[in-house]
Order: sequence, then C-alpha cells, then structure tokens
Amino acid sequence: MTATIGHSSIVIAFIAALIGIMSPIVAARLAGDRFRMVAGYAILGQFVFVTVAAVALIYGLVATDFSIKYVASNTTRATPVYYRVTGLWGALEGSLLLWEWILIIFAGIVAWVYRNRHHEMMPWVIMIFSIVSAFFLGVIGFLSNPFETVFPIPLDGRGLNPLLEDANMMTHPPLLYTGFVGLTVPFAFAMAALIVGKLDEAWVVSTRRWTITAWFFLTAGNLVGAWWSYHVLGWGGYWAWDPVENAAFMPWLPATAFLHSIQVQERRHMLKVWNLALIIVAFSLTIFGTFLTRSGIISSIHAFSSGPVGGFFLGFLAFILLGSFGLLAYRADLLKEQPELDSMVSRESAFLLNNIVLVSALFTIFLGTIFPLISEAVAGTQVSVGAPYFNSVTVPLFLVLVFLMGVGPMIAWRRASWDNLRRNFLWPAATSLTFGLLLFVWKVKDFLPLLGFTLFAFVVSSMLYDTALALRARKRIAGEGILRGLITLTRRNQRRYGGLVVHLGVVLIMMGIAGSMTYSSEKDATMAVGQSLDIGNYKVQFEGLKGSQQPTHFRVEGAFRVFHNGSDEGIVTPALKFFPTQQSPIGRAVHQSSLSEDIYLILSGFSEVNRNQATLKVLVRPLVIWMWIGGFVIAFGTIICLVPMGKLKPQEV
Amino acid sequence: MPVRRLIITLAIIAPILALLAFGFTRDAKYIKSPLLAKPATPFSVTLYDGRKVALEDYRGKALFLNFWASWCAPCRAEARDLEAAWQKVKDKNMVFLGVALQDLDDNAKAFLQEFNVTYANGRDESGKIAVDYGTWGIPESFFIDPQGRITYKHVGAIRAALVLTKLDEAAKGIASAQEGHGDYQGVR
Repeated sequence: MTATIGHSSIVIAFIAALIGIMSPIVAARLAGDRFRMVAGYAILGQFVFVTVAAVALIYGLVATDFSIKYVASNTTRATPVYYRVTGLWGALEGSLLLWEWILIIFAGIVAWVYRNRHHEMMPWVIMIFSIVSAFFLGVIGFLSNPFETVFPIPLDGRGLNPLLEDANMMTHPPLLYTGFVGLTVPFAFAMAALIVGKLDEAWVVSTRRWTITAWFFLTAGNLVGAWWSYHVLGWGGYWAWDPVENAAFMPWLPATAFLHSIQVQERRHMLKVWNLALIIVAFSLTIFGTFLTRSGIISSIHAFSSGPVGGFFLGFLAFILLGSFGLLAYRADLLKEQPELDSMVSRESAFLLNNIVLVSALFTIFLGTIFPLISEAVAGTQVSVGAPYFNSVTVPLFLVLVFLMGVGPMIAWRRASWDNLRRNFLWPAATSLTFGLLLFVWKVKDFLPLLGFTLFAFVVSSMLYDTALALRARKRIAGEGILRGLITLTRRNQRRYGGLVVHLGVVLIMMGIAGSMTYSSEKDATMAVGQSLDIGNYKVQFEGLKGSQQPTHFRVEGAFRVFHNGSDEGIVTPALKFFPTQQSPIGRAVHQSSLSEDIYLILSGFSEVNRNQATLKVLVRPLVIWMWIGGFVIAFGTIICLVPMGKLKPQEV
Repeated sequence: MPVRRLIITLAIIAPILALLAFGFTRDAKYIKSPLLAKPATPFSVTLYDGRKVALEDYRGKALFLNFWASWCAPCRAEARDLEAAWQKVKDKNMVFLGVALQDLDDNAKAFLQEFNVTYANGRDESGKIAVDYGTWGIPESFFIDPQGRITYKHVGAIRAALVLTKLDEAAKGIASAQEGHGDYQGVR
C-alpha cells in the first residue's frame, strides 16, 4: 500500500513537472494571472506529491515495511528509529528522492517569493526548475524506483551501511544536497535571463541571497563531511581527495568565484559572460557529482552501487552543458559591451585574480579526479593520482587566495592610489611580517607553513585594522563606543561585515588544515594492560578491554587513560564494532580536543587469545579544532549577510 | 547564428563527455591484476584439520587457489562446482587449496560441512595472503602452474568447466592474458 501510494505520487509529480516545462508556452497563450495559476499549480503539484512520496518512504522505513525492497536493504528490525529515518538517504534510490524533495522545496519558495516580480523571466525559471525536477522524477519513477517491492517479503532487512550509523548522518547529506540544489536557483535565473535576453544585473541581484545560502550549505556540508570522516572513519584524517569528496568540493570553487565576481558585475557591469559561465559550471558540477557517485565509473568509498542511472545522468549532464553553453554562445552578442579594467591595482582586479585562482584550483582538482579515466583511455591502465598531487597543486593556489582575502575587501575600486595602499596595508603588512618573524624564531622553520601563518595574520590584521579605522570614524562622527559602533557599521553594510566574518572563518579553517597537515605526529604500539606509550606531551596508558552487545552490532572497547604533561585527563575508549552482516569491523576512534591540539586514539586490533593485549594507534594533530570553529564563524558571518537588520542607509566613509 | 562560438563550445565539452562515456565501458572494480604470469607470492596457512601447508609444498603440481568466506553469497554459489571439479582431478597431478578470509572458524567449518568440501582449506589469519594476492573482494581464484607462476585469475564465482580448463592450461604452463569475471561481492 505504502509502495503504491509512493510510486503513484512520483508519477503524478512527473506529470506536473511536464506541465511546468510547458510554462513558457502556457504563459504566451494565457494572460498573466491565469498563467501564474497554471505554473503555480505545476510547482505546487510537484511539491505536494514529492512530499507525499518522501513521507511514504520514511513511513515505510520507520514501520519496517520489508515488502519495499529499499526498506529491506537499508533497515533491520533492530535499527533504531533515528537511523531508520536517515535511511531515506542511505542508498541510491532514497537519496535521489531526497534530492528531488529539496529541489522542489526550493522551486516552491522561488515561485512564491517572485510571484509578482520578473514577469518576463519567471515562466522560464519555472521551466528550468521543472526540467531538472522532471529528470530526477523520471529517474526515481522509472529507473531506480525506491518503492520497488519484493516478494516473498523478507523477515528482516539487511541494515544500513554501518558507516552511516552516525549522528552526522542526519546533517551531512542533507546539508550537502541543500547546497547542491540551492545552486539551481541562480542557474535557473541565469538561463531565464539568457533566453529572454535581459542580460542586465537583474538576475544577479535577485539571486545573490540564494547563492549565498547555497554557498553556505555547500560549505557546511563539506565541513560536516570532513568532521564525520575525522571522527567516524577512524584514520585520523578529514579529507582524502577521494573522487567523491572532490565532487562535493568542486562546485564550491566556482560558486565562491561567482559570489565575488558578481560584485564586479553589480558595481561595474563587467564580467557578464564570465559570471554566466561560472554559474553554468557550478550547476553542472552538482550534476557531475551525482553522476560520479552513481555511475560507478570511478571507484570510491562513497560510491553508491552502480545502476542503470549512470547513463541517464551523463545524458542529462550533456544536455545541461550543451544547452546552456550553446545558449551563452548564441547570446554572446548581447553581452559584448563592457567597460574595461581601469587599473591592475584595484578591487576589480583582486576579484578577477581570485576568480582565476579558484578556477585554476577547480581545473586541477577536476583533472586529478578524472585522471584514472584519462590514463585508461590513453594508456590502457587506470592510474589514480593521490593526495600528494592534490596537495602540491592546491596549497600554493590557496595561499594566493588567502593573500587576496587580505587585500580584496580593503583595496579601492577602479584604481587604488598609492595613498590608499599605504593607509590600508602598511600596518597590517608590518604586523604580519613581525608575527611571521616571531614564529620563525620560536618554532616554524619550514617555508610553506611559515608563509601560510604569516598570510593568515595579514588577513586578520588588515580586517581588524580596517574595522578599527571605521570604528574611530564612528566615534568621531556620532560618539559611538566600540559595540554600538560595530552594530551601526554592520547595519549600514551587512554584506561587507558579514563577508569579513566569513573570511575570518575561512582563515580559521585554513589554519586548522595547515597546522594539522604539517605538524601531526603518530605512533602505534601493541600494549599489555598497564603499559603505556609516550607521544609529544602525552602519555597513553592501557587499562583493559570490554565487550558488549549493542542493538545492531558487537562492540569491543579499549580503555586508555590519557595524561597530558603529567596531569590525568581521564579515560578515552576507542572501539571496534562488529556487524554481523559486514565482513570487517568498523572502527570508532575517539579524540580529545583542545585549542592547540587533538589527541586521537584508534583501536586497531586486539588479541583474541590474550584479553589483556591491544594494538593502538595514537595521533597528535595540532589546531584541528579551528576548522570546526571556523565553520561556526562562517555560519555567523552568513547570518550577518542574510538576516534583515533594519537596514540603515549605507554611507561612504 | 554565431557558428564559430558554438563550435568552440562543442570542442571543449564534447571530449569531456566522451571521456565520461568511455568510463561506462570500463568497470573500475576490475582493475587488471599485475600478478598474471608472475611468480606467486609464497605463504603458509594452517588448515582446519590442523595441518600446516606452504605454497612451496605444491611445487610441481598445478594449483587451484580459492579465496572465500562463509558469509559470501557468490562463494556459496560456486562451492558445489569447486567440489565437483576437485572430484574430477584429485587423482591427477593437481591440487586445490581454499583460503577463508575474515571468517569465524565455526562458520567456516559449518560451510565446509554443508557443501561436503573435501579438498584442503585453511584460514588467512592475518589477512596478509589476501593482501599479497591483491584480492579486492571474494571469491577470487588463482591458478598456479607447477613452476609456481600465476597463470590465471578469476574474480567472482567460477564454474566447474572453467576450473578444469584453466587447470589444464596451468599444468601446461600456459598463462592467460586476461583475468575472468563472475558474480562478485566487494569486501568494502
């Protein structure tokens, strides 16, 4: 019954999507109001029926209706309810349904918000949304149906992939999907603008908030993924340059570039073609990412089992790329007239350089990701490039990016005068160089980390310095104190100060990455009860093993007492989880964090014969915690950008 | 219509799409084993009946080496075929050796009993043998000639007829250029 309701809802939603695709035709035939009703119903219909389908699948999962194949393969009777719900995105079919659900929620909000605006563009926006939605509904409805039934009905299910039994399962995939899907909004508006031929700044201004929102979710999704990898996968790392991690990260790069370059378009009417190309690339990469995970063409720990859907994703990707770039080429004549750069030393050129660096990073990561395919096509053998390639090519690029974060927001538009440069950058440069020198004298002798930390200091000091100058001006003009002044400044220019806070968050994340990449240490040892191991300022003492039966698995836990500089920090308990339906145990690493470093314990084995013996791997990773703190700072900055604060009139200082 | 621009667009996009489409003709899971026609890595294993055997003991005989586990469905599917093949060749100069991976002894023994397996079987205690042979999933089978060279690798369940053919080739020292594929279960 549940299966029938779910599947027929998908089919009805698919029909609604087809009506949505005809929106522009309907709009041409009918007068404005009646068109809006039809288009509105098309979107509303998709929303309602996709929601019904999603709820039906969740119901099936929670009620363990094993007549549905998807439920049988992703839950067991023993699975806690929490993980039954998250089973919605635990495998291919359900995850596509979640994707579609988020997409149609976005479409609904867009259709509602702009119901009285953009009369010319909206039919096309609805059409683009409906095309994407129809594609996903087609795949779910006819190719990889989450409501497929099994007979005879199994007595119990197979269970979720144990790696997915983690609290972050509730956050990581939905956040990432929201980020991916959110990029559909600027893409749809860009396409509509191209079709209608209204290529002024309207589409850019209208979608800026959407892009910021999508960008935030993309950032958060990737970060939570890194956090998950760090604390669940139990290898002590947070990023492995796995093809699918890259797939999730790649759209972030053009999206970030886009957020910056649209400011140049807004203010100086430049880079129109570039911005359109960026959003097309960003959107295409979200489809590419789904394609990569679901086609099985490159092997990855994230890969869903490959099904027939791969070919359809490729076809859709081809359609998107050829259609949108074709449209861009067709309209290029309308996009020709643009002012030129006034000077190489200006905010425009800083943004341009930022774009070039981001796109270069994208290109190198893309190349590395599909390299196994290239090498196989050319040389006949699959060779994959690993972390060393990605690190060595991206680290310098990201350092340039950090430098630009310090320069971009402070440098003048059009043409920076010598005076402007001296006023804005003399003190920050001096401060950060002194900081770098002190670091060198104190400890940091390697070039890249030293450069990195100096640049981080530069960004932060230029930000603080600029804000301090503005605060001083507030005090002079209105007699406001620091807090009051900050509030006024932010309300005057939310985007600027929100953006600066986001930059601060990005710097913190990069600091965490730099620290943990360069100064980690690790040790492993097999220990008997009472023995201990020394690493850095830590001493880890083995206190014993304990086994326990959990609802879905058997858990073996090691107790280790951690001493930091001689003081007892308590017991930590890394574990190995044995799932009956899985072949190898799943590790559960644990770590203790402090602002300066994490100590990370992995139980890598124990003796079955001698219960008093265990093998432990210990890592000390400096500054990791700043990555997660940086994430919160970015969230805070995004809120400053987006939440209405009763805008005061901006005032040029 | 700006044809030139469209052609440029197409010239950039088409190769990328073609490359991705090419990906479908390959299966990333089946990476060709570099071990074919190379000497097999030595190992020793303790059998379930308590004896200990080493690869060198089989020098001079054609060896069929099979990695399996009791929990793996394709292994169940091939179990009867393997035993049938063994019954046909056990009096010739050929031997079978099964190596169980990531398995509990009780389950493995029950499996052997269920399928009346009579050829030698032992457990890869440390998992090192599987690593040396580059097994990615199970079952995987290797054919080793009397000189100790790997002549053929089969990924996934294998049928009796193929076992016999490839054992004959191994006995004559003929190495295959390609590995074979059957139904397969990833260990990941």
